[in-house]
Order: sequence, then C-alpha cells, then structure tokens
Amino acid sequence: MTDPAFALALHDIIKRFGSTVALDGARLDVRPGTLHALLGENGAGKTTLMRLAFGMLRADAGAIEVDGAQRRWGSSADAIAAGIGMVHQHFLLVPAMTVAENVSLGDRGIFRGFDPRNAADRVRQIGTETGLVLDPEARARDLTVGAQQRLEIVKALARDAKILILDEPTAVLSPAESQELYAWLRTFVARGRTVVLITHKVREALATADDLTVLRHGRTVLTGMSNQLDESAVIAAMLGTSVAVAGGDAASPLPAAAPSTSVMSLEQVSVMDRRGVARVRNVSLEVRAGEIVGIAGVEGAGQHELLRVLAGRLSADSGKVRTPSRIGFVPEDRLRDALIPAMTLTENLALKDAGLARGTLDWEAYNARALLTIREHDVRTSGSDALAGALSGGNQQKFVLGRELEGSPDALVVENPTRGLDIRAAAHVLSELKSARASGVAIVMYSSDLDEVLSIADRMIVCFGGNATETAVDADAVGRALVGLT
Amino acid sequence: MSGSAVTAFLESGVRFATPLAYAALGELVVERAGVINIGLEGAIICGAFGALIAAGTGSAVLGFAGAALVGMMISAIFAFFVVTLRTDQIITGTAMSMLGLGLTGTLYRTMYGTGGASLHIATIAPVPVPGLSAIPVLGPSLFDQPVVTYALYAIAPALAWWFYRTTGGLALRAVGEHPEAARAAGISPSRVQWAALLFGGAMGGISGGTLVLAQVGTFAEGMSAGRGFIAIAIVVLGRWTPFGVAGAAFVFGAASALQTLAQTMGWAMPYQLPLAFPYVLTLVLLASTRARTAAPAALGQRAG
Amino acid sequence: MSVLARIVRSQIGASAIAALLALAIVALVVAAGGYDIARAASALWNGSVGSSYSFFSGTLVRATPLIIVGLAVAVAFQAGVLNIGAEGQLLAGAAATVAAGLALSAWPGWLSIPIELAAGMLAGAAWASVAAVLKRSFGVLEVISTLMLNFVALYMVSYLVRGPLEEPTHTYPETLRLAESARLPVIIPGQRLHLGFTLAVLLAIVAWWFMRSTVAGFRIRAVGAGPAAAASAGRVSVDRVVFRTFLASGALAGLGGAVQVTGVTYKLCELISPGYGYTAIAVALLARLNPLAVIVAGIFFGALEAGGAGMQRDAGVPSGFVYVIEALVILGVLAVDRVRTYAGARSAAVPGESAA
Repeated sequence: MTDPAFALALHDIIKRFGSTVALDGARLDVRPGTLHALLGENGAGKTTLMRLAFGMLRADAGAIEVDGAQRRWGSSADAIAAGIGMVHQHFLLVPAMTVAENVSLGDRGIFRGFDPRNAADRVRQIGTETGLVLDPEARARDLTVGAQQRLEIVKALARDAKILILDEPTAVLSPAESQELYAWLRTFVARGRTVVLITHKVREALATADDLTVLRHGRTVLTGMSNQLDESAVIAAMLGTSVAVAGGDAASPLPAAAPSTSVMSLEQVSVMDRRGVARVRNVSLEVRAGEIVGIAGVEGAGQHELLRVLAGRLSADSGKVRTPSRIGFVPEDRLRDALIPAMTLTENLALKDAGLARGTLDWEAYNARALLTIREHDVRTSGSDALAGALSGGNQQKFVLGRELEGSPDALVVENPTRGLDIRAAAHVLSELKSARASGVAIVMYSSDLDEVLSIADRMIVCFGGNATETAVDADAVGRALVGLT
Repeated sequence: MSGSAVTAFLESGVRFATPLAYAALGELVVERAGVINIGLEGAIICGAFGALIAAGTGSAVLGFAGAALVGMMISAIFAFFVVTLRTDQIITGTAMSMLGLGLTGTLYRTMYGTGGASLHIATIAPVPVPGLSAIPVLGPSLFDQPVVTYALYAIAPALAWWFYRTTGGLALRAVGEHPEAARAAGISPSRVQWAALLFGGAMGGISGGTLVLAQVGTFAEGMSAGRGFIAIAIVVLGRWTPFGVAGAAFVFGAASALQTLAQTMGWAMPYQLPLAFPYVLTLVLLASTRARTAAPAALGQRAG
Repeated sequence: MSVLARIVRSQIGASAIAALLALAIVALVVAAGGYDIARAASALWNGSVGSSYSFFSGTLVRATPLIIVGLAVAVAFQAGVLNIGAEGQLLAGAAATVAAGLALSAWPGWLSIPIELAAGMLAGAAWASVAAVLKRSFGVLEVISTLMLNFVALYMVSYLVRGPLEEPTHTYPETLRLAESARLPVIIPGQRLHLGFTLAVLLAIVAWWFMRSTVAGFRIRAVGAGPAAAASAGRVSVDRVVFRTFLASGALAGLGGAVQVTGVTYKLCELISPGYGYTAIAVALLARLNPLAVIVAGIFFGALEAGGAGMQRDAGVPSGFVYVIEALVILGVLAVDRVRTYAGARSAAVPGESAA
C-alpha cells in the first residue's frame, strides 16, 4: 500500500540474529519535513531498525518505502542513492584520511579520477551552505568529537541526503554542543528535509522532535506527535510498566556512612601518551572510604587515563599515586578488557589472580567461588562452565562486578558500568554500587550519562583537557565545567 | 673500486631487485586493502612453475601470462579462506606457502623426473634502451635490462597515481584503514580484498616467472628462497607507498648482489655469508625503522 | 542434536574431519597424477604401520621430533606467539648438540647426554630470543623475523658442516659421528626407536599438566586468548609472558633438533631436518594446541612421512607430496573451525579466535 504522505515508512519488519529476534513486526512512519524521534531503551531495536533503513542490514520480512515507493536495498550504496544518509553512534570515519577524502568515499568507479582540490571545494561549499564548517585538509583523527560528528553529517549531505538518520548523536557531546546540534537540525528540517533521531533521552526528544515512536522488544508500542504526549506515558511505553525509572533523583543523596579515611590519593599526577601529549595534567584528588566520587568528561578529556591510574593499571609519569593493594576495576569495554569470551566463568574468575599468584591452581575452589559469585549477584547463566561470551551483556557485567567485589576490595573504579544494559540490569548495577559504598568501599565512577552519575555521586570531579576540577553535584555546574567554564 | 665493478654491482642489483619488486608491489596493494599474505611465497613458486610449463610453447609472453595466471589461482584459494571464510591470515598464509612449495616440487618431479637442472629454456635477453643505456654507470644498470624490468618503471608510478588520484584507490585505502567505514559508504570490503589478492597473486606469479624466464632458465624446487617473505619486509620498509616499496626492493636487490660483488672483488669469505646477508639485513632494517606506525590501520583484521 | 552435529562440534571430531578431508583430496590428486591408488595406498600403509619394523623404526622414530617440536609450536601459539621459526631453532639446537657431543666424546653417557640436550635447548632458546627481542623492543612481526632466521640458520649449518665442524677427511659436508657414549640408547632391541621417544611422550604429559594446573600455564593461555583482559583484569605482564613463552618454545624446538642428532643421525649435515619445523605447525594445529593430543597428531604425521617414503619407493609418488598433505590438513582445520564457529561450538585451536 503506497502512501505518499510519508518520506520514509517501515512496515512489519522482522529481523533475527541467530536465535535472537531483534525486530518483531516493528513499524515506523516518518512524515516529510519533520524531526522524528525514535525512542527505546538499550536493546529495543532502534539501531537495528535504522541500519535496515540504511541498507547495512537486510530484513527477514517487512517492507521499506521511500516517498511511497517500495524499495529494496542491496547495500547502503542503494540507500544513499535514494537520498538517505546516516550518522552512526560510533563514527564510521577513516581516521587516517582527510576530511575531503572521507567525504569523497563512496564515489563510484575504479579508475575515475579523484582530485583532492575538487573534493576540498565541495567541503567548503557545503560549509557555507549549511553552516557546518570543516577544514578539508584536516585528518579525521585530529578533529574534536563535535567536529567529527559534523563530518559525518557533511558526508551524508554531500550525497544529497534528504532523509538524515542520527543514532544517539548527543551521547558524546557536551550540553552546549548538543544545543548547537539540535538548533542546526531544526533549520535543516525547516528547509523541507526529514530527520530521524534515535535516542533514549525522553526529555530531549519531547523538547525537540515533532513526532515520536517508541520501540520495546523489537515492536512499536507507541507513536504520535510530541505535543500530544507526556513524559510519563512515553517512559511507560519504553519500560512496559507504569513505574517511574529506578536509580534515584537528581539531587545528591546523603552517603550511608560519613566518609572517613582516605583510601586513594593523587598528588600532581601527570600522564603522557605515546606521542608525548599530556592526557592528565597535574591532577590532585582524594577518595575516601564509603563515598562515591563521580567523574564526568567528554571523550578525550583525560578520564580514560585518570581512571586507570586510580585503578593501578597505568603508571603515572610524574606525581605521587597512593592506592590500596586491593582495587577492583570494571572497565567500559568488558569483552575486551574485563573478560575473556572464549573462557569459562570459572576461568574468568581465576583471571583476577593470574598476575600475582604462583604455583598450581585449585580449580575446584575457583569453581565454588564462581558459583557463589553467580548466585550472589544474580547472574543468569547455565553454570560456571558457561563461556563468558555466551552470556548477555547485563549478566556479563553483573559477573564482572561480582568478581571485582569478591575479596572485599578497599576501592572500586568503574567506567560506564551500565553501558549497553537494559533498565533492570542497570538498576541492579547501581544498587550494587550503593551497597558497596555502604560497606565502606571507596568508589570512583565515570559515566558518560550525566543523569546517572549525578544520581549516585557524593562528590563530582569533571575532567577537561587533562585537568580535573571538583564541582558541586548538580547538572549546571557539571555542564559548565565539561566545556571548560568554571 | 673500479667503475666497471660498480656498474656490474648496480646492474645485478637491479636484476635481483626485479622479482622482489613485482612481489612487493603486489603485496603492497594487498596490504593496503588490509590483508597480509604470508602465502606470497606460494604464489611466487607456483608462478615460476607455471612459467616453466607455459614457456614450453616457446613464447616468453605466454610464459609470463602463465605465471600470472597460476599465481592468481593460488591466491584465489588464499582469498577464499581469508576473505570469504575469515580464517586467520597468518596461519592460512603459512599453509599456502607450504602447499605451493609442496605442489610444485611434487609436480616437477612427476613431470620431469628427479634430475634437478635437466630442463633448460632460453631466457629473455636484456634489451638496451637506445641512448639511455650509454649513460656511464647508471645507463647499463637501469637501461640494459630485460623488458620485464622496464615494465616496473611504469608500474610503480601507475600504482602511485591509482592510489592517490582515483576513487578506486581511495576505496582500497579505506578498506585497509577502516573496513566498517568503507562499508557504510557503500563499498564492499570483501570484493575489494578479493580483487587486491588476485592482483597480488598475478604480481607474485610474474615475480616467479621472472626468475625462470629472465634469470635462471629452469625450475628448481624451492627456488623462491624466501622472496615472498622478504617482499613482505620490503612493504614495511617502503612504508606502504609505491615509490618507497620500489626503493626498498632495490636495497634488497643490492644486498643480494653483494654475492657477485664479493666474487668480482675476490673477497675471501664463506660463500654462505653474502647469501645470508639479505635475510639479516631484513631483520636489522625492520628493527631500526619505526615503520609500523605507517601501516594501514586495519591490516590483518578479520574485517566483518 | 544430531550425531553429525555433535561430531562437528566436538574438538576431536573436527580434527578427524580435517584429516579425512585432506586424505580424500590427496587420493584425488594421486589418482589424477596417473598413479595407481591401490598401490599407493598399500605402500602408504605398509610403510607406516604395516609391520612392527615400519611402525617402531619408521613411524615412531619420525614422530619423535614432530612431537617435541609440535609441543614447541603449540605452547607458542597458546600464548598468541606465531613462532614459524621452529625449523631454525631446531637447526640451532642440532648444531649446538653436535658441538657439545663431539667435545665431550670421552665422557660417560649419563653425563654427556644431558649436557648435549641442554646445549640444544639453550641454542634453540637463544635463536628464538633474537625474534623475541625484535618483537618486544621493536615491534617486529615474529612471523617475518622467525622466517628470516630460518634461512640464516640453514646457511649457518651449511657453513659449519663445510667449515669448522667438517669431518676430517673433507669428503662429505657433514660432521664426525658422535661417539657411542654420546648417543641416545635404543629402547626396543632390533629397532631404531630411541630414548627420545620416551622423552617426547613424558614432555607432552608434563606440558599438559603445566598448561592446565599451574598459574604460569594459565597465564600463557589467558595472554593468548585475551591479552587486554589479562593485562587489565588479571594484571598480568603480557610482554613478559610472551617473551618467556617465546624462549621456551625455542628451547623445545632446539631439544627436537638435539634429539634427532643424538638419537637418529648421530651427526650434523645439511639435510638434517626435512622441514620438521613446518610439519610441527600442522601437528600443533591438528592437536588443537592440546599437548596430549600432540602425541597422537605427531604419530599421525610420523606415519604419513614414513608411509610417504614407502609410497615413493613402491608406487613412485614423490615423497615431497607429504608437504601437500600437511598444508591441506592445516587448511582443513582452519575451514572446519570457521564452520564450527558459525555453529556456535567451543573454543577453537587457532590463537586469538573465540567461539562467541
């Protein structure tokens, strides 16, 4: 059934990955000239649906229509030719290539000439037309995060995208950069173009979008115009319950026990990277028992290195570092840095001792400890001999947290602990952190989700350009410090 | 050292460098697409064997064509495993080299008996370029070589142009740096890698063909003598650019030419020393350049 | 789950399938080459397991270096170190062993033999250390450096047997033969099977126990399967583990060369290794890097090589054919592994691969 009232329409989409059903009859109708927000919590299927629309994946069933005509994509080249452009959550730019080269990628032909000067002119032209200004000669890896996102958008515009899809664009931006982006999107839409915005931030969506669609478990559960929907209805649709989101409110709660002894401290610590650039500059801070210190910072501000110095995984190039011997560390990339997917849970538990232990391994004892960890931290798995890679993200994270808390560490450093977890698993992780705090563990937590970290931290430290400053635990203060205004 | 000794040294340096340059330029394209082909040795020895068989027709052109074809065939097997099945590139490559060496050795014995150097074919003669070959020292070295060497003087600049001035070259480089980004731009990394491997296979085959048709005049088991692996080192030292690779190939050619220089100069040393020199030089040069940072970012990855 | 699926999923099944595939292809090629398949097959059989002589003095004798060097490769691969240089390390070990044996020819066997073997291990480790240092300090890919060193080792042996260590009559490019006391004793009277075989089996058992029951062995496996996690979660010094494993692998390969010299050839010559270092890669992969399985895989390839010699003798098939079989086995294991990964099976043999 063709309906020219929609710029982009996806009907009855079914998509399976092995035995998992990612999309189960999802539907999306986007009116032309609107900003349409696609909402849902992690794992609801938003990115999968839009990757289908962009031709990076193929549906097992269902139809895609562009301007009323049914289309089938062989690859994203076809979608691009039909006027669809996509800005991905994790940018798909070639770091070593220049802006001009990145923009020209995808021009067809094996022997067709490529003139860097023409490409540079094209970039400048788009800059003057749309206000998205970039230096054509700059290498993608040298750009700021905000500039890289601009480049992703320019890439799409260079191919005359009339429908622009953005996947969680504000996840890596500071509040100020987010404002800029939304303002630009509204002018883009005002010129008759269409935007689909994938996000899990309900307030942002209601404030900036014309229409809304909510996905849950791969199905469309709510759709309508944003000025006719209210926040609680949308959240209820996302979660499937009418209970408010767990995790605490925006004001900082009182710590369960008054913080006392200093457990970790840094004095004038600096860390250089391989090229001699200072990633952490003369940072001094102190973390006490029984408190949660929240860290905030946009990508590249230095928190990555700071966290690892605190966790004892990275040595400082100068300054004094005092950390206890027993520190737990829950890094962001759990499949690479925390777990060995090809090994069993028992082996992954033994991994924690691998560096320091000697002699033989008592596998029976490790097995018992693994079973205990699984039970105490509600890890859903077939057993301690299950391969770590076979668990879901939420259960992997629960296991990692349990392993790091096992043996009563004096301190715990966690980095984006709820990344990729659904709301229930995220809430579980946060409540585990609160209990650890209550039992006297000194906790340092970094999250790129400001709301989350503000809801749980006793103190806030913001990283900017390698420096770290302590701010009040509220969104305005942190927001300003994120962009260097203190 | 006399001028003629220098000339002889340079001339044999260019001669030794020719098969290395073919193999290395082919591997350059392959690695720029993100694949490391340790099986290049197999392509070279199979190409040598293919040249021997095709040269039975009496035509050197067919000989080289046969070499390229056989090189492509064995690289196609490698591509099937590494690009289509996504197996580990290093181990698959090692198996391909073993396969190439074993197959050619077995087939040679079967078809031509156990005599090692019993079959001879006429090698193609050097063709002096009128005028240029008269330049002192450089003339005879660079411009009194077989045609297959002259072809290189055109191939290297052509590759450079193609890499940096065509959309195809842009696509190839993108696949080697960030295959997901290439895919999102509508490029198929698998197709690009298949094409690169077929090209690399053809070049490797021609390298082997050069050994048979332009230098030795016969086939011997294992005559590739590790050139495929040296070619990989040449790509590293040439920092993955066409002119850099051509230059590095010449350095290795010169290293191999030391054996002739040692003979002309009458230096007293065990003959194994200059023979081992290219391999030792590879190690030293690989250690001393920090060239690893210039590698294509996605080299060796199993791109999606 | 169907029986077929269960076979494919199990590790043993996968190896068996790979080996069968390889033999099937070989049979095809042999037939295509115009050889009499029946004659070739019976020659293969007789040469490898057809008689007690062919089994003990053919298959098991050839299996001995394959088991030891197979262990060397397996241990390295477990740590993610792609040691393709076992051939060179083996040659270095053989050279050192001969030098020690010739120097100690007056000593009693119980003293000279252990010293010879130790010399072989030290030389193998030293040869590997060149590549290990280049990897650690200069980031040089060990695949290339170990291959280059293989060629250098070949030339070094050639120089030694035509120069400093050449036998006094200067007739052949080889060394003097070792004194009786410096040779490994034969363990079955009337056969050529020597103590090295017992040593190989014992080593495999120790290596198996080491990898699964000690912390050091676990560290090696963790570093190979997940280096970032080993460093971050386990606080393991990945560089140190890699370096030590590399050297251990070289030592084992050197021991393989030492055992060949003291147990079979009793001298050093240019053709002392018909590519054992490369066959060992096939052995290790077919055994899926499991030390106990290396014994079985080593015997399998020993049988192939012994049978291959028989094939050449009786059916005219060139013995170099065995290289082709080995390469096909490696490719077979790789292909079957990828199919199994799609089928969601457990850990693969190839370093760095995971089932997920």
